[in-house]
Amino acid sequence: MKRRNFVKKAVLGTMTSVIGAEIVFGSMLPEGYQPLALQDPDPFKMFNKDKGMEVLNDKPWNIEAKAHLLDDKVTPNKFMFIRNNGLIPENIDASKWTLTIDGESVKQSKSYTLQELKTKFPQQTYQLTLECGGNGRSEFDPPAKGNQWTVGAVSCATWTGVRLRDILEDVGLKNDAVYIGYHAADIHLSRDPNKEPISRGAPMAKIMQDETLVAFKMNGEDIPLAHGYPLRLIAGGWPASVSGKWINRISVRNIVHDGTKMTGTAYRVPCNPVAPGEKVKDEDMCIIESMPVKSLITYPKNGATIPQGKKLNIRGHAWAGELEVSKMEYSIDFGSTWNDCPIEKPANRLAWQHFSAGIDFPKKGYYEVWARATDSQGTSQPMLLPGWNPKGYLNNACHRIAIKVS
Amino acid sequence: MEDQSKFKQQVRAIYRMFVGLFVLFAITAIGVLYLISNPDLFEKSIPDTAYVEIVEEDDYDKIENGIHVRTGLIEAEGLMMVVNNCTNCHSAKLVTQNRMNKERWISTIRWMQETQNLWDLGPNEDIIVDYLVTNYPPAKKGRREILKNIEWYQLND
Repeated sequence: MKRRNFVKKAVLGTMTSVIGAEIVFGSMLPEGYQPLALQDPDPFKMFNKDKGMEVLNDKPWNIEAKAHLLDDKVTPNKFMFIRNNGLIPENIDASKWTLTIDGESVKQSKSYTLQELKTKFPQQTYQLTLECGGNGRSEFDPPAKGNQWTVGAVSCATWTGVRLRDILEDVGLKNDAVYIGYHAADIHLSRDPNKEPISRGAPMAKIMQDETLVAFKMNGEDIPLAHGYPLRLIAGGWPASVSGKWINRISVRNIVHDGTKMTGTAYRVPCNPVAPGEKVKDEDMCIIESMPVKSLITYPKNGATIPQGKKLNIRGHAWAGELEVSKMEYSIDFGSTWNDCPIEKPANRLAWQHFSAGIDFPKKGYYEVWARATDSQGTSQPMLLPGWNPKGYLNNACHRIAIKVS
Repeated sequence: MEDQSKFKQQVRAIYRMFVGLFVLFAITAIGVLYLISNPDLFEKSIPDTAYVEIVEEDDYDKIENGIHVRTGLIEAEGLMMVVNNCTNCHSAKLVTQNRMNKERWISTIRWMQETQNLWDLGPNEDIIVDYLVTNYPPAKKGRREILKNIEWYQLND
C-alpha cells in the first residue's frame, strides 16, 4: 500500500507539474504580450509622418526621410527625421513647464515658465539646418555601430523661440562659463530614473550666437511631440543632438559638459585621422562641433528614365554647418568634369541653400548625377567616404542619383 | 490452502495495482498528448478578462521565411536567447540594422552593461554572440558602393 501510494503520488506529482508548467506558461504569455502590443502603434499616424519615411528603430523611435521627400525649401513635419535616444516623455503639461538655468557658472539659478520665456524676451524666427551627426553612417566600412542612417537625417524647418543668450544674460553668468549642458524630460530606455538618455551641449561661443534658440514653435506651430514639445534647444549647423528636445534645465558649466553622450566615443571623432577599423582610445576622440559641407539632390527621385533629347531639371539643397555654401557643381561622368550650377543665398545664417540645374545628356545610357558643394573656406564634399571613424559620423560624401536616357 | 489463497489475493492486488497504474499512465499520457497538441487548453479556462487577446498567442513567436516575425530577427540557433535578452530595452531593429565581428559585438554588450543597465549574461553570452556573429557579420562595402535596388520609373514633366 505504501508503495502504491508513492507511485500514485509520483504520477499525480508529474501531472501536476506538467499542468503547473502549462498554467504558468499560459498565464505568463499574455503578460509579456500586452506591453509589446502597446509598443506597436502606427508611427506614421502617431507622429504625422509621410508613409514614405523609413523607420530604422521603434524603441527608441528613429525615422529618416529619403532624398526626394526633402524637396521642400522649408521641411514640413511629415518629412522631418526623428532621432530619439530615449523614450518620449509622458504626460507633458505645457502650462506647468519650466526651464531652470543652473550650474557652476550662474550667479544664482533661476526658473522661467513657458509663458515667462515667451513674454519676457524678444522672439526670433530662423530657418535652421539640423543634421544628425550619424547621417550617412550606413556607408562606412568597416560598419559603424548605431542606427544605419542613409541620407535622410537632415531637415531645415523654421524655428521660433527666444535667444538663449538673452536668457543667460537675464540670469547673470560668472566669468568662468565654458559650456552649457541641457537636461530634458525624456526617459532612459531602461526606465532607470537616475539615468538620462542624452544630455549634451555646446561651448559658450556657440550658445551666445544670435541663432541659438530656446524654441517653442516649429514652422509656426507648437513643436510636434516627437521633435521636443514644448521646449527645444536649437543650435543649427551642429550635430542635431546639441539641439536637445523636451528641455527643462540648462546648466552653465565651468568645464566642458560631461553629461550622457558627451564623453567616450559619442558624437566624437578621432582628433587625428585613423585607418579604417583602427581602435581609438577615448582620450584621442574629439567632440564634433560644426557639421561639414554637404548637399542633397531632392528632385528628381533616384531612378528616373527620360527620353533622349530631353533636358533633365534637377534641384536640391546644400549646407555647410557654421559656414555658407559658396559653390555648387554637378557631374554626369563620375567626376571627370564638373559643371557649376547656381546656389541661392541662405534665408538666414545656418539655413540650407537651394540649387538647381538643367542637364543635357550626350547619348542614351545609364548615368549618375553627382552633386558637390564647396563651403566658404574652399572645402568640398569628397566623392568617396571621408575619414573612417569608430561611430560612423560626418559622412558628407557626394549624393548621387541614377538616371537612364532611353 | 490459506497460504495459497493469501498468495492469490496478493497476486490479484498486485495485478489490480498494475492495471490501476497503467490506466493512470494511459490517462496521463493522453492528457499530456492532448495538451501538447492544444497548448491553449488551460488558458481558455483562465477567467481573467484582461487577457482577451489570447487567440493570437499561437502566432506570438511565429517564424515566416526564416524570420521571427515579431522581431524581424533571423531564425537560427540562439534566436530566443537574443529575443529574451536583447529586446527588452531597445527594439530588435537596432540589432538587425547592425553588422559587427565578434570582438565588436562583445564590446557593444560590455558598453550596454557598463552604461545601459544590461545584466550579466553569464553562459548565455556565448550563445548570443555566436548568434550575432553568424547572422549579422560585417559585409565589405569598400570606399563607396554602387547604387543598388534602383526603382526605375518614367519621369514625365
